[in-house]
Amino acid sequence: MAILKVGDKAIPFTLPGVDGKQHSLGQYTGKNAVVLIFSCNHCPYVRAWEDRMVQIQNDYARKGVQLIAINSNDAAKYPDDSFAKMKERASEKKFTFPYLHDETQQTAHSYGAERTPEVFLFDKEGTLRYHGTIDDNYDDPAAVKKRYLRDALDEVLAGKSISITEIRPVGCTIKWK
Amino acid sequence: MEIRLLYYEECPSHEEALERLRKILAEEDVRAQIDVMKVETSEQAQELRFIGSPTILIDDHDIDPQPNAQYQLTCRAYRLEDGRISPLPSVSMIRRAIRSARKLSA
Repeated sequence: MAILKVGDKAIPFTLPGVDGKQHSLGQYTGKNAVVLIFSCNHCPYVRAWEDRMVQIQNDYARKGVQLIAINSNDAAKYPDDSFAKMKERASEKKFTFPYLHDETQQTAHSYGAERTPEVFLFDKEGTLRYHGTIDDNYDDPAAVKKRYLRDALDEVLAGKSISITEIRPVGCTIKWK
Repeated sequence: MEIRLLYYEECPSHEEALERLRKILAEEDVRAQIDVMKVETSEQAQELRFIGSPTILIDDHDIDPQPNAQYQLTCRAYRLEDGRISPLPSVSMIRRAIRSARKLSA
Protein backbone atom coordinates (compact mmCIF):
# COMPACT_ATOMS: atom_id res chain seq x y z
CA MET A 1 0.00 0.00 0.00
CA ALA A 2 0.98 3.66 -0.52
CA ILE A 3 3.46 5.47 1.68
CA LEU A 4 1.20 8.51 1.52
CA LYS A 5 -1.78 8.17 3.84
CA VAL A 6 -5.15 9.90 3.75
CA GLY A 7 -4.64 13.18 5.55
CA ASP A 8 -1.05 13.60 4.34
CA LYS A 9 0.07 16.46 2.12
CA ALA A 10 0.89 16.03 -1.56
CA ILE A 11 4.58 15.64 -2.33
CA PRO A 12 5.95 18.20 -4.83
CA PHE A 13 7.32 17.08 -8.16
CA THR A 14 8.37 18.54 -11.49
CA LEU A 15 8.04 16.25 -14.47
CA PRO A 16 8.06 16.64 -18.26
CA GLY A 17 4.72 16.36 -20.01
CA VAL A 18 3.84 15.10 -23.47
CA ASP A 19 3.02 18.72 -24.34
CA GLY A 20 6.73 19.54 -24.18
CA LYS A 21 6.42 21.53 -20.94
CA GLN A 22 7.63 20.89 -17.41
CA HIS A 23 4.77 20.40 -14.94
CA SER A 24 5.16 21.16 -11.25
CA LEU A 25 2.55 20.19 -8.72
CA GLY A 26 2.78 23.73 -7.34
CA GLN A 27 1.35 25.23 -10.52
CA TYR A 28 -1.98 23.61 -9.70
CA THR A 29 -2.40 25.09 -6.22
CA GLY A 30 -5.34 27.21 -7.36
CA LYS A 31 -7.39 24.15 -8.22
CA ASN A 32 -10.27 22.94 -6.06
CA ALA A 33 -8.97 19.40 -6.36
CA VAL A 34 -6.03 17.63 -7.98
CA VAL A 35 -6.28 14.00 -9.02
CA LEU A 36 -2.98 12.25 -9.57
CA ILE A 37 -3.32 8.97 -11.41
CA PHE A 38 -0.27 6.76 -11.76
CA SER A 39 -0.91 5.36 -15.18
CA CYS A 40 0.87 4.04 -18.25
CA ASN A 41 0.36 3.04 -21.86
CA HIS A 42 0.48 -0.72 -21.90
CA CYS A 43 -1.56 -1.88 -18.91
CA PRO A 44 -4.96 -3.28 -19.96
CA TYR A 45 -6.53 -2.01 -16.73
CA VAL A 46 -5.50 1.54 -17.62
CA ARG A 47 -6.67 1.02 -21.16
CA ALA A 48 -10.02 -0.24 -19.90
CA TRP A 49 -10.43 2.81 -17.65
CA GLU A 50 -8.80 5.40 -19.91
CA ASP A 51 -11.94 6.75 -21.57
CA ARG A 52 -13.45 7.19 -18.12
CA MET A 53 -10.38 9.17 -17.02
CA VAL A 54 -10.86 11.50 -19.98
CA GLN A 55 -14.57 11.80 -19.20
CA ILE A 56 -13.92 12.60 -15.55
CA GLN A 57 -11.56 15.44 -16.51
CA ASN A 58 -14.07 16.72 -19.04
CA ASP A 59 -16.92 16.58 -16.53
CA TYR A 60 -15.05 18.18 -13.64
CA ALA A 61 -12.79 20.72 -15.34
CA ARG A 62 -15.31 23.52 -14.95
CA LYS A 63 -15.52 22.74 -11.21
CA GLY A 64 -11.82 23.47 -10.84
CA VAL A 65 -10.59 19.90 -10.82
CA GLN A 66 -7.31 18.94 -12.44
CA LEU A 67 -6.45 15.37 -13.31
CA ILE A 68 -2.77 14.57 -13.91
CA ALA A 69 -1.59 11.21 -15.24
CA ILE A 70 1.96 10.06 -14.45
CA ASN A 71 3.78 7.21 -16.19
CA SER A 72 6.60 5.79 -14.09
CA ASN A 73 7.16 2.51 -15.96
CA ASP A 74 10.56 1.34 -17.11
CA ALA A 75 10.36 2.00 -20.84
CA ALA A 76 13.54 0.02 -21.51
CA LYS A 77 11.77 -3.21 -20.60
CA TYR A 78 8.30 -2.05 -21.68
CA PRO A 79 8.83 -0.01 -24.87
CA ASP A 80 5.13 0.77 -25.21
CA ASP A 81 5.68 3.08 -22.23
CA SER A 82 8.30 5.23 -23.94
CA PHE A 83 7.87 9.01 -23.96
CA ALA A 84 7.26 8.92 -27.72
CA LYS A 85 4.50 6.34 -27.24
CA MET A 86 3.03 8.41 -24.42
CA LYS A 87 2.71 11.36 -26.81
CA GLU A 88 0.96 9.13 -29.32
CA ARG A 89 -1.48 7.80 -26.73
CA ALA A 90 -2.30 11.26 -25.41
CA SER A 91 -3.02 12.42 -28.93
CA GLU A 92 -4.99 9.32 -29.90
CA LYS A 93 -7.22 9.42 -26.81
CA LYS A 94 -7.40 13.23 -26.80
CA PHE A 95 -6.20 13.60 -23.24
CA THR A 96 -7.32 16.93 -21.80
CA PHE A 97 -4.99 16.53 -18.85
CA PRO A 98 -1.20 16.48 -18.48
CA TYR A 99 0.46 13.11 -19.08
CA LEU A 100 3.82 13.25 -17.34
CA HIS A 101 6.91 11.08 -17.56
CA ASP A 102 8.43 9.97 -14.26
CA GLU A 103 11.55 8.58 -15.88
CA THR A 104 13.55 8.17 -12.66
CA GLN A 105 10.51 6.62 -10.93
CA GLN A 106 11.23 8.93 -7.99
CA THR A 107 7.70 10.35 -7.90
CA ALA A 108 6.12 6.91 -7.85
CA HIS A 109 8.49 5.85 -5.06
CA SER A 110 7.82 8.98 -3.01
CA TYR A 111 4.06 8.48 -3.22
CA GLY A 112 4.38 4.75 -2.61
CA ALA A 113 2.39 4.05 -5.75
CA GLU A 114 2.40 0.39 -6.74
CA ARG A 115 -0.20 -0.07 -9.46
CA THR A 116 -1.59 1.42 -12.63
CA PRO A 117 -4.03 2.98 -12.45
CA GLU A 118 -3.67 4.21 -8.88
CA VAL A 119 -5.53 7.33 -7.82
CA PHE A 120 -4.53 10.00 -5.29
CA LEU A 121 -7.15 12.74 -4.82
CA PHE A 122 -6.05 15.95 -3.09
CA ASP A 123 -8.26 18.81 -1.95
CA LYS A 124 -7.43 22.50 -2.47
CA GLU A 125 -5.20 22.48 0.60
CA GLY A 126 -3.17 19.69 -0.96
CA THR A 127 -4.38 17.12 1.56
CA LEU A 128 -4.91 13.52 0.41
CA ARG A 129 -8.62 12.77 0.75
CA TYR A 130 -9.03 9.59 -1.33
CA HIS A 131 -6.65 6.90 -2.49
CA GLY A 132 -7.51 3.93 -4.65
CA THR A 133 -9.25 3.04 -7.85
CA ILE A 134 -11.50 4.85 -10.29
CA ASP A 135 -14.60 2.70 -9.87
CA ASP A 136 -15.54 -0.90 -9.14
CA ASN A 137 -15.64 -2.31 -12.65
CA TYR A 138 -12.66 -2.02 -14.96
CA ASP A 139 -14.31 -4.29 -17.51
CA ASP A 140 -17.70 -2.75 -18.16
CA PRO A 141 -18.49 0.94 -17.65
CA ALA A 142 -22.20 0.16 -17.85
CA ALA A 143 -21.92 -2.23 -14.92
CA VAL A 144 -20.23 0.19 -12.52
CA LYS A 145 -21.95 0.24 -9.14
CA LYS A 146 -19.47 2.25 -7.10
CA ARG A 147 -18.02 5.37 -8.70
CA TYR A 148 -15.33 5.79 -6.08
CA LEU A 149 -13.42 8.68 -7.64
CA ARG A 150 -16.45 10.64 -8.85
CA ASP A 151 -18.18 10.28 -5.49
CA ALA A 152 -15.04 11.36 -3.63
CA LEU A 153 -14.68 14.37 -5.95
CA ASP A 154 -18.30 15.37 -5.35
CA GLU A 155 -17.78 15.16 -1.61
CA VAL A 156 -14.51 17.12 -1.67
CA LEU A 157 -16.05 19.84 -3.83
CA ALA A 158 -19.06 20.05 -1.50
CA GLY A 159 -16.82 20.37 1.54
CA LYS A 160 -18.10 17.09 2.97
CA SER A 161 -16.19 14.28 4.60
CA ILE A 162 -15.35 11.42 2.27
CA SER A 163 -17.50 8.32 2.63
CA ILE A 164 -14.91 5.94 1.23
CA THR A 165 -11.37 7.22 1.68
CA GLU A 166 -9.43 4.18 0.56
CA ILE A 167 -9.95 1.27 -1.83
CA ARG A 168 -7.16 -1.10 -2.82
CA PRO A 169 -6.04 -0.15 -6.34
CA VAL A 170 -6.65 -2.76 -9.04
CA GLY A 171 -4.29 -2.96 -11.98
CA CYS A 172 -0.86 -3.85 -13.25
CA THR A 173 2.16 -3.36 -11.06
CA ILE A 174 4.35 -0.36 -11.80
CA LYS A 175 7.28 -1.70 -13.81
CA TRP A 176 10.35 -0.85 -11.76
CA LYS A 177 13.85 -0.55 -13.13
CA MET B 1 -7.91 -31.37 -25.53
CA GLU B 2 -4.92 -29.90 -23.67
CA ILE B 3 -5.60 -26.66 -21.91
CA ARG B 4 -3.00 -24.48 -20.29
CA LEU B 5 -3.39 -21.21 -18.45
CA LEU B 6 -0.18 -19.23 -18.07
CA TYR B 7 -0.08 -16.41 -15.58
CA TYR B 8 2.15 -13.79 -14.03
CA GLU B 9 1.65 -13.51 -10.30
CA GLU B 10 1.76 -9.70 -10.13
CA CYS B 11 -1.23 -9.38 -12.47
CA PRO B 12 -4.54 -9.80 -10.64
CA SER B 13 -6.69 -11.17 -13.48
CA HIS B 14 -5.69 -14.85 -13.66
CA GLU B 15 -8.02 -16.16 -10.98
CA GLU B 16 -11.01 -14.63 -12.69
CA ALA B 17 -9.74 -15.97 -16.03
CA LEU B 18 -9.46 -19.47 -14.57
CA GLU B 19 -12.96 -19.29 -13.15
CA ARG B 20 -14.28 -18.08 -16.48
CA LEU B 21 -12.47 -20.87 -18.33
CA ARG B 22 -13.76 -23.56 -15.96
CA LYS B 23 -17.34 -22.30 -16.32
CA ILE B 24 -17.18 -22.32 -20.11
CA LEU B 25 -15.62 -25.79 -20.21
CA ALA B 26 -18.47 -27.05 -18.06
CA GLU B 27 -21.05 -25.38 -20.29
CA GLU B 28 -19.41 -26.92 -23.36
CA ASP B 29 -19.26 -30.28 -21.63
CA VAL B 30 -15.52 -30.51 -22.12
CA ARG B 31 -13.82 -32.66 -19.54
CA ALA B 32 -10.24 -31.47 -19.63
CA GLN B 33 -7.65 -30.76 -16.98
CA ILE B 34 -6.37 -27.22 -16.97
CA ASP B 35 -2.63 -27.00 -16.53
CA VAL B 36 -2.06 -23.77 -14.61
CA MET B 37 1.49 -22.50 -14.86
CA LYS B 38 3.16 -19.49 -13.29
CA VAL B 39 5.59 -17.59 -15.54
CA GLU B 40 8.29 -16.12 -13.37
CA THR B 41 11.13 -14.85 -15.55
CA SER B 42 11.60 -13.00 -18.82
CA GLU B 43 13.41 -16.05 -20.16
CA GLN B 44 10.39 -18.20 -19.43
CA ALA B 45 8.14 -15.62 -21.07
CA GLN B 46 10.22 -15.88 -24.26
CA GLU B 47 10.32 -19.67 -24.14
CA LEU B 48 6.58 -19.99 -23.59
CA ARG B 49 5.67 -17.19 -26.02
CA PHE B 50 3.95 -15.49 -23.11
CA ILE B 51 2.36 -12.26 -24.29
CA GLY B 52 1.08 -11.50 -20.81
CA SER B 53 -1.20 -12.68 -18.05
CA PRO B 54 -3.45 -14.53 -18.48
CA THR B 55 -2.60 -16.52 -21.59
CA ILE B 56 -4.80 -19.46 -22.46
CA LEU B 57 -3.48 -22.15 -24.78
CA ILE B 58 -5.68 -24.88 -26.21
CA ASP B 59 -3.72 -27.71 -27.80
CA ASP B 60 -0.74 -25.33 -27.75
CA HIS B 61 -2.61 -22.61 -29.67
CA ASP B 62 -3.10 -19.20 -28.10
CA ILE B 63 -6.85 -18.44 -28.00
CA ASP B 64 -6.06 -14.91 -29.21
CA PRO B 65 -2.98 -15.07 -31.40
CA GLN B 66 -1.14 -11.76 -31.64
CA PRO B 67 1.75 -12.36 -34.05
CA ASN B 68 3.58 -9.08 -33.45
CA ALA B 69 3.23 -8.95 -29.68
CA GLN B 70 6.22 -8.91 -27.35
CA TYR B 71 6.72 -11.67 -24.82
CA GLN B 72 6.86 -10.09 -21.38
CA LEU B 73 5.97 -10.33 -17.74
CA THR B 74 2.93 -8.14 -17.55
CA CYS B 75 -0.86 -8.11 -17.73
CA ARG B 76 -2.20 -8.95 -21.17
CA ALA B 77 -4.55 -6.70 -23.14
CA TYR B 78 -7.39 -8.40 -24.98
CA ARG B 79 -9.45 -6.51 -27.52
CA LEU B 80 -13.09 -7.38 -27.01
CA GLU B 81 -15.65 -7.78 -29.75
CA ASP B 82 -16.95 -4.26 -29.20
CA GLY B 83 -13.46 -2.81 -29.51
CA ARG B 84 -12.86 -2.19 -25.80
CA ILE B 85 -9.65 -3.35 -24.14
CA SER B 86 -9.85 -5.77 -21.23
CA PRO B 87 -7.38 -7.62 -19.01
CA LEU B 88 -9.49 -10.75 -19.59
CA PRO B 89 -10.45 -12.70 -22.71
CA SER B 90 -14.16 -12.54 -23.35
CA VAL B 91 -16.47 -15.49 -22.79
CA SER B 92 -17.13 -15.69 -26.52
CA MET B 93 -13.42 -15.65 -27.33
CA ILE B 94 -12.80 -18.60 -25.02
CA ARG B 95 -15.86 -20.46 -26.22
CA ARG B 96 -14.91 -19.96 -29.87
CA ALA B 97 -11.43 -21.36 -29.22
CA ILE B 98 -12.79 -24.41 -27.42
CA ARG B 99 -15.28 -25.18 -30.19
CA SER B 100 -12.63 -24.71 -32.84
CA ALA B 101 -10.25 -27.09 -31.05
CA ARG B 102 -13.02 -29.63 -30.66
CA LYS B 103 -13.80 -29.48 -34.40
CA LEU B 104 -10.16 -29.97 -35.31
CA SER B 105 -9.80 -33.00 -33.09
CA ALA B 106 -13.04 -34.62 -34.31
